[in-house]
Amino acid sequence: MRRAYFKFSWIAAALLAPQLLIIFVFFYWPSAQALYWAFTLEQPWGGGNTWVGFDNFRKVLSDPYYWGSVRVSVIYALATTVLAMTMALTLAIFVDRQLAGYKAYRVAIIWPYAVAAPAVGLAFQFVFNPGAGIFSYINTIAPGWWDLSKYPWQAVTAIVVAGAWKQVAYSFVFFLAALQSIPRSLTEAAAMDGARPLRRMIDLQLPLLTPTFFFLLVINITDSFTDSFGIVDTLTGGGPFRATDLMVYKIYTDGFRGFDYSGAAAQSIILMLLVMALTFVQFRYVERRVHYT
Amino acid sequence: MAEISIRNVAKTYGKTKIMDGINLEIRNGEFVVILGPSGCGKSTLLRLIAGLEEITGGEIAIAGEVVNQLEPRERGCAMVFQNYALYPHMTVAENIGYALKVAGVPKAERLARVAATAKSVGLADFLDRKPGQLSGGQRQRVAMARAIIREPKVFLFDEPLSNLDAKLRVQMRHEIRRIHNQIKATSVFVTHDQHEGMTLADRLVIMNKGTIEQIGTPEEIYEHPATLYVAGFVGSPAMNILPGTVAGDGRSVLMADGQAVAIPAGFKAEAGQLVQIGLRPERLTLMPAGQGGLQATFLFFEELGSARVYHLQIEDIPMCVVLDEKLTLIEGQRMGIGFAQTALHVFDGASGRSLTRPSAARKVEEMA
Repeated sequence: MRRAYFKFSWIAAALLAPQLLIIFVFFYWPSAQALYWAFTLEQPWGGGNTWVGFDNFRKVLSDPYYWGSVRVSVIYALATTVLAMTMALTLAIFVDRQLAGYKAYRVAIIWPYAVAAPAVGLAFQFVFNPGAGIFSYINTIAPGWWDLSKYPWQAVTAIVVAGAWKQVAYSFVFFLAALQSIPRSLTEAAAMDGARPLRRMIDLQLPLLTPTFFFLLVINITDSFTDSFGIVDTLTGGGPFRATDLMVYKIYTDGFRGFDYSGAAAQSIILMLLVMALTFVQFRYVERRVHYT
Repeated sequence: MAEISIRNVAKTYGKTKIMDGINLEIRNGEFVVILGPSGCGKSTLLRLIAGLEEITGGEIAIAGEVVNQLEPRERGCAMVFQNYALYPHMTVAENIGYALKVAGVPKAERLARVAATAKSVGLADFLDRKPGQLSGGQRQRVAMARAIIREPKVFLFDEPLSNLDAKLRVQMRHEIRRIHNQIKATSVFVTHDQHEGMTLADRLVIMNKGTIEQIGTPEEIYEHPATLYVAGFVGSPAMNILPGTVAGDGRSVLMADGQAVAIPAGFKAEAGQLVQIGLRPERLTLMPAGQGGLQATFLFFEELGSARVYHLQIEDIPMCVVLDEKLTLIEGQRMGIGFAQTALHVFDGASGRSLTRPSAARKVEEMA
């Protein structure tokens, strides 16, 4: 490992300051605050608090609604990840094989990643709307069959599709880069060895994508846990019957609608630990283990 | 076992013409080396034979069957790539056996054949390793084994030795020749290294800028280069080239400094024609000033151990002479350069075609 040492200089400090300030104000300060609230009982309207130790955590972990939220969060994370990565890989293989029109959608496919989550949710609100969207045609055939606000499984499906749609771009870029970094001569050698394109994909390309695959798996799952608020908020509002009450969304509703700052803070800490654990797995195992030289 | 016919083959990328009108007949069991500088189209020609590139004109036939439209897997060729192109996630055994696995050969037979092939190239102890754990020479052997195990009709080698260090390169060269003598499959070997070309080839094909300059045995190429290009490319140190004009009597060449070199009878040269005289450094001797066919000024020498390369110049044209003898000379000393009439090559100044070897030029057309 190469290390660089820099002398302290006021210019460097000045240049770093804005970024550090932003991180401090929007991450460390709120995190510290959340940590403090998680161990105290906070008054909804301010004005004093009491140290309660792990009481908040006990309360959260014994709440069946919380476990329902964990359950749907895990389902959401896994489903979005699988769906997004499958679509991304399929598209990346098409682009890598330079099928017709690949140049156009190589560019077009990056765009969804640039769209903010609430906008994605809003867009899909129009798509999935039981009265006006594309899906409303289902209701003209089978009246009342499609309604996000009525059927939990439909609501979950909707946020999964919207979430995956947003994630595809990111995975696509990585898969494409990985596919294109496989030396051409390897593919040619396999072609000479008698393997047809599909066979080459299974025996050669997919195994060589393993490092990228694991990297994307962790990144996608982490993103699904943390970056889903906007979609849920605009598309389902956590309902129906808390069916899409993801962990991030529950933190928001408990804290800012229910004014249970302490409970929300405890949930934040749990979510933060979960993300930290995933990041740890990413750095410790995935990045080190799966490599070909 | 198969012969390869390359008839009038052309290849263009978009508007760029890589090669045009390439004709080459490779006999069954022959070891042909295509030799040329980088960018001359030699690798492209090999890839056209393999089917990795599409032909834009002409046709290629392997064992009498035109293969223009066939996929690489249907052509019965095996190829050894420059960077070996081993599958990094597979063990040595899996790499060698991959073609058999794809072909659906039963596991027991496959393993037996992998073991036998690995043994024949000295890899028996490395079957469980991954390519990343092998040295350059071992990787090269895996690439060889992967080609051998398929018992192909044709072996194609794309500069397979250029990533190895000098010592290993010589060793693998011998290995390749030994394997060829054993299995006698038609082989086409592409290289830019003239030593590899000379030592490996039954026949050499010299390519330059997308055309074939000369086809012949290494000896023919060395002794009777058909063009100035071949003369300069093959041989180390390179052939001395001296520009001159054919004298009025047509029996000698006048050089810029007024010296005349007598040329052998029996070839067409008109008085006043611009020509290039070629003399191989190994075919020259040094004599006291005033003797020999040419007079030159000594500059310095390079010690090779077994011999010395003496550098001289005639006016400002450099000359070198390779001699076993260790002479004591001083810089600026005038020396005579001696040579036999048979050592003299004369090339046309404009076309670069050999004039002393009209038969060599004809030979190229015959092959075509």
